[in-house]
Amino acid sequence: MTAVAAPEKPRTGRVAPTAGLRRPRRFGKALLYLALVAGAVPTLLPFVWLVRSALMQDAQMFTAPPEWIPAPFQWSNFTEALTAQPFWLYFVNTVVIAVISVLGTVLTCSIAAFSFSRLRWRGRNVVFAVLLSGVMLPYAVTLIPTFAMWQQLGALDSIIPLTVPSWFAGAGGGVFNVFLLRQFFLTIPFELDEAAYIDGASPWRVFWTVVMPLSRPAIVVVTIFTFIGTWNDFLGPLLYLTDEDKYTLSLGLASFQSVFITQWGYLMAASAAVIAPIIALFFFLQRYFIEGITLTGIKN
Amino acid sequence: MPALSGQRRMERRWGLLMAVPAILGFVIFTAGPMVASALFSLTDWQIGGTPSYVGFDNYTALVDDELFWKSLSATTYYTLGAVPLALIVAFAVAMLLNQRVRGLSIWRTIFYLPTLVPAIANVVLWIWIFNPDFGLLNSLLRQGGLPTAQWIYDEATAIPSLIIMSTWGFGNTMVIFLAGLQGVPRHLYEAVSIDGGGPWRRFWHVTLPMMTPTIFYNLVVGVVGTFQVFNQAYVMTEGGPNQSTLFYVYYLFRKAFHESEMGYASALAWVLFMVIMVVTFLMFRNARRWVYYEMAGAR
Repeated sequence: MTAVAAPEKPRTGRVAPTAGLRRPRRFGKALLYLALVAGAVPTLLPFVWLVRSALMQDAQMFTAPPEWIPAPFQWSNFTEALTAQPFWLYFVNTVVIAVISVLGTVLTCSIAAFSFSRLRWRGRNVVFAVLLSGVMLPYAVTLIPTFAMWQQLGALDSIIPLTVPSWFAGAGGGVFNVFLLRQFFLTIPFELDEAAYIDGASPWRVFWTVVMPLSRPAIVVVTIFTFIGTWNDFLGPLLYLTDEDKYTLSLGLASFQSVFITQWGYLMAASAAVIAPIIALFFFLQRYFIEGITLTGIKN
Repeated sequence: MPALSGQRRMERRWGLLMAVPAILGFVIFTAGPMVASALFSLTDWQIGGTPSYVGFDNYTALVDDELFWKSLSATTYYTLGAVPLALIVAFAVAMLLNQRVRGLSIWRTIFYLPTLVPAIANVVLWIWIFNPDFGLLNSLLRQGGLPTAQWIYDEATAIPSLIIMSTWGFGNTMVIFLAGLQGVPRHLYEAVSIDGGGPWRRFWHVTLPMMTPTIFYNLVVGVVGTFQVFNQAYVMTEGGPNQSTLFYVYYLFRKAFHESEMGYASALAWVLFMVIMVVTFLMFRNARRWVYYEMAGAR
C-alpha cells in the first residue's frame, strides 16, 4: 500500500491549498447550499400553503394561478373555526390526558428502570428481556382484547383506557421508556448508591434522592416523547371516546374535517391551531428533542 | 458479612417490589391480550355477545377473502415505496448536513419540522394539498404547464400520493442518520485520503459500510411501523378509491368495530403479527451479509 502511495504523494493535494484548489472548493460549497435549499423548499412549502390558506378568504383561494399573499388577512377563519366546535375544550381534554399519562409513564418507568439497573435480584435480566419483547408486538394484536376488557369494566367513553396503562410502566410499547431510562441509569456511578446505603438509606431513598435528580436529561426525553405520543394519538381516542365533550384535539379535528369538508380556510386554521403548540414546545426544548431521537437511534 | 447479606436481602425485596408495576403492565396489557387475541381468533364473536368456538375457520376464510389480499398487497406496496424513499431522502440530506454546514441547527430544524405535525392535522393539510382543483400540487403543476393528477382520488395514484406524503416526514430518520454520520471515526477518512482516495472512495469505503448498522436500524423500524399505517386510510381515503388504499390495520379496524366481527379481526391481527415476524426475521438473516459490525462475533 505505502509503496504505491508514496510516489503519488506530491501529486495529491497535501501541498498547501493554492488558489487553483480553492475555486473547486468554493464551487462545491455553493453546490452544497444549492442542494440544501432545493431540499428545504419542498419541505417548507406545505407549511406556507397551510398558513396562507388559513388566512385567506375562500374567493381568493379558488383562483387559477394560485395567490400566495392573503388579501385581506382573514383572521376570522381562526375565531370562527375554533368556535364552530369547542376546540378550547378539546385542548383542555388533551392536556389532561397528556399530563396524567406523562406523570404515570415517567414515575412507573423510572421505578422499573431503577429496579432493572441498580438492584440485584434473581431472574432480573430474564424478566427484563421478556418485558422488552413486548415492544415487538404490533398494537393490532392487543387492540381487540384490550377494548373488550375496558368494555367489561364499564370504562368506555372515559379517559381511563387512555391514561391508566401509562401507570403500569407505560404498558406495551411504553416499555421502551424503561429501556431508555435503564440505559441512562447504568451510566451513573454505583459508588453513590453504596455510600447512601452505608448511611442507612433505603432503595427508595436512593432512587428518589440520588438517581432521579441525576437523570434529568433522560426524564425530559421520556416526558417529551410521551407528551407528543399522547397529543398525536388518534386511534385510542377514536376507540374509547364517544361523547363529544370528551374529544381530544385529534379526534375533534377529524370530526371537524368531516363536517366542514370543503371549508378550506376553516380547516387550515383549525389544523394550524393544533400544530402550533407542538411546534412552540419544540422551539423551547429543541436540544432535548434532537438528543432524544439520537438516544433512541443509537441504542440499536 | 451479615451486613452484606442484609443489603442483598433488602435489594431483592425492593427490586421485586419496584418491578411490580412493569410486570403487571406486561401481564395485563401485553401478554394477557395477546393470549386472549389468539383464543378470540378461533371464535365467531360479535361484540357484546358470547364467543363460539369455530376452530381455524377464520383463518381458512381469510384465504378466500378478496379484501384481505387486497389490504395485504396495498400495505406491502405502500411499505415498499415509503420506506426506501424515506431512507434515501433522509440519508442524502443527512450527508449534506454532515459537510460542515453553516447554521446546522437551522437546517436541521427545517427538515425536522414536518415530523412535529400531529398525525390528523397532517392528514387534513394533505387532503387540501392533494385537492385536484385548487390544491398546492395541481396549482403548481398547472402553473408550470405540466399535466395534473387526481392524486388520492385516483386508484392508480392514491398509494404513490400517500408515499409522497409520508416522505415529507423523513426528519426523525434523518436525525438518527446524522448522529450516525458524526460517529464515523475521522481516522478512517484520513486513511483513505492518504491512500489517494477522493470523496467518492471515502463514501463507498468508509461512510457507507460504517453506516450500515444505522441504515439497518432505520429499515427495521420503518418497515414495522409502516406496515401498521392507519390514519391516512381512516381519515383521508376510507380505503378508497376502489379499495386501493385499504391498509391492513384499517381493514382490521373496520371488521372489528364497524362490522363487529371480532373473531375474524383477531385472526387478521395474528396474521399481521406473523407477517411482521417473518419479514423482520428475514431482514435480520439477510443483515449478516451487508451490515458491518465493528466487533466481529459480537453480534
